[in-house]
Amino acid sequence: MQRKVSLFVPCFVDQLLPEVAVDTVKVLRRIGYTVEFPEDQTCCGQPAFNTGYWDEARPCAEHFVQVFKNADIVVCPSGSCVTMVRTFYPDLLATSSLRDDAITLASRTFELSEFLVKVAAVTQVGATFPHSVTYHASCHGLRELHLRDEPLQLLRHVNGLKLIEMTRYDECCGFGGTFALKFADISAAMGNSKADSVAATGAEFVTAIDPSCLLHLQGILGKRHAAPRTIYLASILAHDGSTQKSAAQKSSAQETT
Amino acid sequence: MSTTAAQKFLQDAAVKSADLMHREVIRRGMESYDAAHLKGRARINDWEAARQKCQEIKREAINHLDRYLLQFEEKITARGGHVFWAANSEEACTYVKDLATRRGVRTVVKSKSMVTEEIHLGPALEKAGIKVWETDFGEFIVQLREEGPYHIVTPAMHLLRGQIATLFQEKLGQKIESDDPAYLMAVARRVLRQAFFSAEMGISGANFLVADAGVIAISTNEGNGRLCTSVPRIHVVVTGIEKVIPRLEDLAVLWPVLATSGTGQGITTYGTLIGGPRRPSEADGPEEFHVVLVDNGRSQLLADAEQREVLHCIRCGACLNICPVFRHVGGHTYGTTYPGPIGSVLTPHLNGIKEFKHLSYASSLCGACTSVCPVKIDLHHHLLQNRRNATEAGATKSSERLMFRAWRNAMLHPSIYALGGWSMRKALRIVYGLGLAGSILDPMRVWNRYRSPVPLPSESFRARWRKDRAAN
Repeated sequence: MQRKVSLFVPCFVDQLLPEVAVDTVKVLRRIGYTVEFPEDQTCCGQPAFNTGYWDEARPCAEHFVQVFKNADIVVCPSGSCVTMVRTFYPDLLATSSLRDDAITLASRTFELSEFLVKVAAVTQVGATFPHSVTYHASCHGLRELHLRDEPLQLLRHVNGLKLIEMTRYDECCGFGGTFALKFADISAAMGNSKADSVAATGAEFVTAIDPSCLLHLQGILGKRHAAPRTIYLASILAHDGSTQKSAAQKSSAQETT
Repeated sequence: MSTTAAQKFLQDAAVKSADLMHREVIRRGMESYDAAHLKGRARINDWEAARQKCQEIKREAINHLDRYLLQFEEKITARGGHVFWAANSEEACTYVKDLATRRGVRTVVKSKSMVTEEIHLGPALEKAGIKVWETDFGEFIVQLREEGPYHIVTPAMHLLRGQIATLFQEKLGQKIESDDPAYLMAVARRVLRQAFFSAEMGISGANFLVADAGVIAISTNEGNGRLCTSVPRIHVVVTGIEKVIPRLEDLAVLWPVLATSGTGQGITTYGTLIGGPRRPSEADGPEEFHVVLVDNGRSQLLADAEQREVLHCIRCGACLNICPVFRHVGGHTYGTTYPGPIGSVLTPHLNGIKEFKHLSYASSLCGACTSVCPVKIDLHHHLLQNRRNATEAGATKSSERLMFRAWRNAMLHPSIYALGGWSMRKALRIVYGLGLAGSILDPMRVWNRYRSPVPLPSESFRARWRKDRAAN
């Protein structure tokens, strides 16, 4: 039987960080999965939901459920967006006719590292990345999905990768969606504290399971003209050695675009 | 136009979050707390089981609040104590003030109590011409500075000892020769000792009200609590109705868990149980014993099934300590009695959603608070519910509402979404190409004030996917 997953690409990844999704597809294919991308997907509704506009978020959630309800497994390169589907959809759609579909979909939707380690039972994806990397535990992945060790297991199995632990690795980067704009001063102060912790490791790269944290950190580090660079987990896992140089360049290119 | 609480919060947050000195002081304080807290947790065999147990105890208490409070009242009254049910701050303050006036009280000593801060009891008594001494060392310091507590457990954690020495020199009318903590404490102790023996009334809070035993339970570290509750001839307890717990044996888990979460101690230096005035056979203790049970919005919260568990809070301060927002803006910025995550959840209920909704938005929703709460309050999800309540109450900006409506319409149509994304990237590339990043023409200028611009790829993922599929 052919193994197949449906790819859920968060809107900001689709629009701003397409490499993240491209690399996710690469990794999934390399371990033997067929990937389909339902093109009618848009946004899961989290920005409206988190800002308190549940009535505006609900139709988006219903649209999402309609698009994905027939998928066996949904994989997403973001712990935050999976949290929206898994933790919040059942509440948000409690009185919707799609409630039951939402609940089953919630149990079939996985963050990438979670899918690889817990569902596909793979920790060695055949990646080579001869660089020093520090890991930031993204809040939603860590505290909503309880993914503490899964991403680290994957990183430990990457050839040549040197993992450096940062202090307060589980402290928020300060992004928080609309929080980053509504309370820009606080968000940026938190981002700078995080950037200090990242920089103190001396690592070449900082990675995470949420590209939104990395987008924020990239902005903060970019403003400071500081090393290291940000790289999403799948973009590390997508390196098979032959393309290592180009990918490292790609990451820095993203930063300066 | 006067400044709203939200505007003041934004202004103060901007100042504090850029104040690196403040950040360093708080970082150091929190680091020592973190170490003690971790060590303290390791002393408890199964921390998660302890949290679970505390949650169950508090849930039982809150779900049967009426029964347990009446049981508590009955026991206190039987021992000759008085229980007053105060619906709001005003009733509570009036009761204490009238009592003090009737008994000719000129001096009051207080031990630490956040509820008295909440109802502004100190200022109410001072206005009636009564001298009020805060006797907790931290509270004594912030009282001299004429400011509220910075933190619910450690009120003066934002100050360096040098600042405290200068403050004492200015306010206590005596020469301060050192900023050594032990010396400063000795100075305060000498001043306060006189207050303890001249006061006719002592006011304390209560960490717990034990229903079956009919006693109040207080956890303290400095000994001032015992002096406040035993030396003056009148002892008044001011506390919230949610502090009741069913059984004396519940303290076996609640006391150590509170101490561990609050300061990392196994148990606080003093654990005091008081159930009434001095009995004929007893050598000391007050002649009169009053308990003021403050509602002040709590029963309204009790009626809210979704957020009722907020009343489980035992005021340990753990959520403040771990909160990255608190660590960057500090306690005073919140402009509320209760700062930090619990304050952001609770304040809209106590003081109004319209005026205090901004606090529920001032969070990245990281959930660190929830992960440490010893009674397992789902704090960050309650922030989300407050946000929803704010929009439903029409308390948010209509421009924001319109924006989200338009956004929703786009999200329901994949082609509009794709076109919108493409146009946005295109427009931003033009703006940035003209060197106008951060200018008034840059819709991302708030982002760009503190961060470099987001990447703007020429193609979205879906465009690439479609192209690849067409090529194969």
